[in-house]
Amino acid sequence: MKDLPMIEQPAALAADISVQPPAAGASARARRLSRVKERIIESILLLAALSSVAITLGIVGILIYESSSFFAHVSLGTFLTDTLWTPLFASPRFGIMPLIAGTLVTTAVALAVALPIGTIVAIYLSEFAPSVVREVLKPALELLSAVPTVVYGYFALQFMSPLLQKLIPGLPTFNMLSAGTVMGIMIIPYVSSLSEDAMRAVPMALREGAYALGANRIITALKVVYPSALSGIVASYILAISRAIGETMIVAIAAGMQPNLTFDPREPAATITAFIVQVSLGDLPHGSIGYQSIFAAGITLFVMTLAFNILGYILRKRFREAY
Amino acid sequence: MSDFKRIIAKRKRQDLVFNLIGILCTLVGIVTLGALLVDLIADGIARLDPSFLTSFPSRFAERAGILSSWVGTLLIMIVTAFTAVPLGVAAGVYLEEYAGKNWLTNLIEINIANLAGVPSIIYGLMALGLLVYKFRLGQSVLTGGLTLAFLILPIVIVATREALRTIPQGIRESAYALGSTKWQVVRHHLLPYSVGGTMTGIIIALSRAIGETAPLITIGALTFIAFLPPPPIQASPPFLSADWVWSPFSVLPIQMFNWVSRPDQEFVVNAAAAGLVLIIVTLSLNAVAIIIRYRVRKRIKW
Repeated sequence: MKDLPMIEQPAALAADISVQPPAAGASARARRLSRVKERIIESILLLAALSSVAITLGIVGILIYESSSFFAHVSLGTFLTDTLWTPLFASPRFGIMPLIAGTLVTTAVALAVALPIGTIVAIYLSEFAPSVVREVLKPALELLSAVPTVVYGYFALQFMSPLLQKLIPGLPTFNMLSAGTVMGIMIIPYVSSLSEDAMRAVPMALREGAYALGANRIITALKVVYPSALSGIVASYILAISRAIGETMIVAIAAGMQPNLTFDPREPAATITAFIVQVSLGDLPHGSIGYQSIFAAGITLFVMTLAFNILGYILRKRFREAY
Repeated sequence: MSDFKRIIAKRKRQDLVFNLIGILCTLVGIVTLGALLVDLIADGIARLDPSFLTSFPSRFAERAGILSSWVGTLLIMIVTAFTAVPLGVAAGVYLEEYAGKNWLTNLIEINIANLAGVPSIIYGLMALGLLVYKFRLGQSVLTGGLTLAFLILPIVIVATREALRTIPQGIRESAYALGSTKWQVVRHHLLPYSVGGTMTGIIIALSRAIGETAPLITIGALTFIAFLPPPPIQASPPFLSADWVWSPFSVLPIQMFNWVSRPDQEFVVNAAAAGLVLIIVTLSLNAVAIIIRYRVRKRIKW
């Protein structure tokens, strides 16, 4: 009860009163018992809250522990600079670059779809759409993020890929473009919903000020509302980036599974996540270098998303406008 | 004067143009969702008959079904719900009602915000290293359920906190004034009043867990499984058995993934049918959540 310190008072008052009647022994004992019970309950609830910290520690601990035996075999320099990733071959090479390239390209394609469309949708819903339309469209759009990603993978491979092949001759069935496009559509609601919330939180007076100066809706939206809500909008962009980097099933199904050091979205390539899935599907013995390599890939992924989360935190603070 | 009119006309036109662009962009999402549903129905509806739900997977596409995978999904969800709901609600209650403003609370809050941004496959890696090999829980229903419970824990915590936050302070103060202890306030007032909002969050979290594939592949869920876990109710004493939690498993999205990655077209039809089942389940759960949210918002006016 952080904002209401006064609620402690009734209990304290009650305790004072209880001392005065002489025959209060039994009720005092009951009260003491209940206080112990309250303490126990509070400790249990605290433990539940701490479980989330334990999960984080578990994630960081396991990633470091398992990948440290990987980095005992492979130097960090080779890992970051070698251009081949073939950990399961007879003569394995451990350069993470192809996987990072695949991850970055699919993420870039997804963001090229999701950020502009998501932002425009957010501006439309917040500044233009009548409230009835908004009440219907917003939950409808959010259903996009409720569809399981494996279904999106199917859609990317069976629908988007053939469609794009008609537009781009020579496009292979597995390619980063269709996986990235579908991924982008999937993350539109992450951008649009959060950005819309941020824009709607901008006080009406700012808009009225702009209108009074002769601005129309779109100018008000772009020059007044958007900059004022930038902190929340940036947060939604960062969330979209983390989502795209960590997305697994769409790329595992539709982008192909071969590590391929390329920045051409028309080509197939494996991402970090797709590699982890591919290895996990096989039955690798615990402790083998292949097994350790998925943790090395995992820690790379974790560091990438963590970096974006921290960046998001900094940007949010930087752009925060207080009204 | 005509200049002025022209400027006004131009600005109105700009607004109109953006209005259209906005509608078009919104339609991109809606139309894709529609295309996805139509595509799945067109490909998969023919395969979706009772025998599809009651058959094990098979080498022959037309005989293959999703029995073992939907049972697996159901069992995993039981473990996930029974872990994530009490843990998440308790954590939410602590943070919203008990926690003081100190470094520990801060740490927990930052931590939960960060956990929500961790890719799901990382949870799978953690579960593989920790639950499967360190705690020796094996590649079982229990491991799978716990993994997804960890994954949705932040969603449940945030939903609980938001639901508690909508309850006016007056309710708490009235209860304290009548001599309630803090736990009595939580137990008799806050939890019952926040149940709508919390349920909405839990349902959405579970629907997300049902669709999760990557973390379960990572911990080593099977892609082909032709038996069911031992039933929880046995014919002989003690009649109840928890052996199913140790059973290997597959889940619907993994079954679908397995079929979609096969080259031959007959299995793709199966994948579409499995996808249809999956999407019907997740979209109906979301619909239920939206209805609950709507009714709670309508009924409770503080």
